[in-house]
Amino acid sequence: MKQCARLAAAMVAVLLAAVPTRAQDLAAFEKRVTVKTLENGLTLVVCERPEAPVFSFFTHVDVGSDREVPGITGLAHMFEHMAFKGTDRIGTKDYAAEKVALEKVEEAYAAYDAERRRAVGRDEAKRAELEKAWKQAIAKADEYVLANAFGEIVEREGGVGLNAFTSNDETGYLYSLPSNRLELWAYLESERFLKPVMREFYKERDVVFEERRMRTDSQPIGRLVEQFVAAAFTAHPYGQPVVGWPSDLATFSATDAAEFYSRYYVPASMVVAVVGDVKAAEVVPLVEKYFGRLPAHRPPAPLRITEPAQRAERQVVLRETAQPYYIEGYHRPDSRDPDDAVYDVISDLMSAGRTSRLYRSLVRDKKIAAGASGFNGFPGDKYPHLFTFFAVSTPGHTPDELRDAIRAEVERIKNEDVSDEDLQMVKTRTKANLIRRLGNNSGLAFQLGVFQARYGDWRELFRSVDRIEKVTKQDIRRIAQKTFVPENRTVGILESTRLAGTAPKGGR
Amino acid sequence: MPARPALTVAVSLAAAVALPSASPAQVTDWKEIRKPALRAFQPQQPRRLVLGNGLVIFLQEDHELPLIQGTLRIRGGSREEDPKKVGLVSVYGQAWRTGGTRTRTGDQLDDALEARAARLETSGGQDSTTVSFNCLKETFPEVFDVFLELVRAPEFRPDKIELAKNQLNTGIARRNDSPQSILFRESAKLAYGADSPYGRHSEYATVAAVTRDDLLAWHKAYVHPNNMILGLVGDFDSRAMEATLRKALASWPRGPAARKVEASFPGPTPGVYFVQKDDVNQSFIRLVHMGTRTDDPEYYALTVMNEVFGGSFASRLFTNVRSKKGLAYAVGGAVGTSFDYPGLFSVFTATKSGTTAAAIDALYEEIDNLKKSPATAEELQRGKESILNSFVFRLDSKAKVLNEKMTYEFYGYPSDFLERFQAGIERVGAEDVARVARKYIERDKLAVVVVGRAADFDRPLSSFGKVTTIDVTIPERR
Repeated sequence: MKQCARLAAAMVAVLLAAVPTRAQDLAAFEKRVTVKTLENGLTLVVCERPEAPVFSFFTHVDVGSDREVPGITGLAHMFEHMAFKGTDRIGTKDYAAEKVALEKVEEAYAAYDAERRRAVGRDEAKRAELEKAWKQAIAKADEYVLANAFGEIVEREGGVGLNAFTSNDETGYLYSLPSNRLELWAYLESERFLKPVMREFYKERDVVFEERRMRTDSQPIGRLVEQFVAAAFTAHPYGQPVVGWPSDLATFSATDAAEFYSRYYVPASMVVAVVGDVKAAEVVPLVEKYFGRLPAHRPPAPLRITEPAQRAERQVVLRETAQPYYIEGYHRPDSRDPDDAVYDVISDLMSAGRTSRLYRSLVRDKKIAAGASGFNGFPGDKYPHLFTFFAVSTPGHTPDELRDAIRAEVERIKNEDVSDEDLQMVKTRTKANLIRRLGNNSGLAFQLGVFQARYGDWRELFRSVDRIEKVTKQDIRRIAQKTFVPENRTVGILESTRLAGTAPKGGR
Repeated sequence: MPARPALTVAVSLAAAVALPSASPAQVTDWKEIRKPALRAFQPQQPRRLVLGNGLVIFLQEDHELPLIQGTLRIRGGSREEDPKKVGLVSVYGQAWRTGGTRTRTGDQLDDALEARAARLETSGGQDSTTVSFNCLKETFPEVFDVFLELVRAPEFRPDKIELAKNQLNTGIARRNDSPQSILFRESAKLAYGADSPYGRHSEYATVAAVTRDDLLAWHKAYVHPNNMILGLVGDFDSRAMEATLRKALASWPRGPAARKVEASFPGPTPGVYFVQKDDVNQSFIRLVHMGTRTDDPEYYALTVMNEVFGGSFASRLFTNVRSKKGLAYAVGGAVGTSFDYPGLFSVFTATKSGTTAAAIDALYEEIDNLKKSPATAEELQRGKESILNSFVFRLDSKAKVLNEKMTYEFYGYPSDFLERFQAGIERVGAEDVARVARKYIERDKLAVVVVGRAADFDRPLSSFGKVTTIDVTIPERR
């Protein structure tokens, strides 16, 4: 335990000091990390960190809303919810009977859905009858359900942080367990992807719709962001909301979700990272035994669509009673681009802390914003995406003022060299922030999993810091001049319809 | 479901054959999986020192990474501030750091610290203010010097006081934009009282009333070694660190002891309360009345009850309101506890406008049911196992162990509170859960608070009782 701690410390110390010896100390970190690709294509990353008798894992599946097309938007996220519904052995009183009942639900839903969406000659009485039959079929299938049995097992065994997320790029599953539950974890986590059952699908679809109402429809910032990305991307699926458009959430079926799953949840698209008080020599055979059960399948072909070059500036304006927000985004290449580190440096200069340019201009000096930042990775980073500026106004100040102040900083970074001190500050901070990311099982599992999946090698977590080290002031101006041009820009404004800073009449 | 080809069998058989370490037959049921005993684990405890001036120090070595972190927690927070100057502690917590020290402005500190990738921040909370830092080991001497100067000689420069007020005023202007923010603010005011130190909030006028002299006076009143706890965790030798701290802090004279604010807790006036919000398609609902304190002897039984009621995936609220009825994404509830004042019993959900009444019905049903049938043997066992098996996560890092100890020290709890917790949970029986459900949950004492669009509701809120409409109009700036 102590030895490992020293290794980590030594590795990090050298990372900080000098570049030439880095490889050697990455090698030291490598002694704690084991990578194994199973015969079916699934990749396992294990990092031994025996601080306390616990471990965390992160399952990264290389499918997010990027694989959705109109009609099934929101389906990746919907499947993520279904991955908590159990299997043919967990969550059911009698799977054989439940399976038949679930098939009947799908038949009834297909009939109802066809009638209700008939554009010409829809028979309302028939629609109502089919809807009733569908609901009856659901009630029948629900009789076999042991609700939330999967989550119950995990929690009962001491699991914490049981959660999952879906982004534009990927779907992730995570929790932590005491380290004596390693084999149980290997069973549960593989089982949920081996035999997922689409039980309680339509109730869960309602739950997801409520999630949409909560995060998007009923929040001013949610409404603005959805409109903004829809305007910024005309062809690439990044323009679609991860949670899905309302029409699709009201329509897609359990059959759709199962098809989506079988196409994209293939072992070759999965990386599982395990970090904590475990030995690679124990984890590898357990993962081979349990995750090895997932049938090998050819991974889906890469997406064909690339967002075409933008030719005209776009703008969306929401006129609301809420206080203003301002957002503007510029298209940039994906995160594997050789200039990715340059964008990271620009983001850091613009946004990190009270020394950042946007803070000092908009918040400290002009006092027009309560917060302002410029960041990469929106809405994802696996594909060409946006460098985005965002600002929140102080009372009485308008989006136009925010825009002008942001643009002034953008022009500055295009036209003036960054000082040596500022550039060095970014580089020092990047190294320190890497260290701060290494002392936590679940954080480390997430990082190792994402880097292994995105770049094919977890070492990129360390190498990305080296690339920051090589960024020059000329690089910064080159990239800023290339990126921050009007025709490459989309603007999103949430305007307050009442005079900013005054009270609404009669309450809201 | 997609058809699974015969390949499944081939792959799993091959795996079983190839691995002698694997059990001979493929496991088909999670219950068959062996669980070895958890290895013995004695979390490393921090060293506790008390200086002659009353300053309590905890030192926790952690050599995993070359970092040092520190937190200074000082008694006295927003609940103790002048009711005419609500927001004072928040302004103080920001301007303390940004306003700099006698020798350096806050901006100069920003430049110096950022160049070293160090963080040093102050903040104002409900019962305390804090100064915390996080730095690379080799920068500790410089960062610690800044820390000392900031604690002993802050300057609260006026430009940064204005900046902090600007931040607070932004919060005031935006506080009705999010339905959750309206709901939690208004329900806390109803439960604790709009003028209570635990329910009140700042207005433009109370922020405007805060002066630099107020901040200096606050600092003079509270920042004394006998009112604070300092905790450090990281890559240091604790003997050497002790010497450094003694040298820097032992001569600091004592000051008057901080006094905790007096407050009474009558609980909300029962009834239905409504805030109209036009730009939502969902209703945000919270049912509240008074809860209790963490040092209540019934805390353990309540913890188990909460787990069964609303604290987990398998809880009744999650399973019934979310999974079975599909009424909500967010749902939860518990008898809340706080360390030195009563928390709230609170049940929350958000549902589409058209099922507002149905969701309130569903919450009432779960509340009534908890009293009628408190916890089955199965639920009791599940709840206890979940709490006990996950207990190790309260102590799985040296920083967490330090934080626990600092918290108990701050509130005057026994330092082995966490060990007692484990034993306390083990002792909870079904009758205990039944008793606390009867004692701590009282349907007719509830304030039912709803934020939403009344025109779209499935039934008028008046079907639940007399409705009081809350006017959330923000008082204008003068």
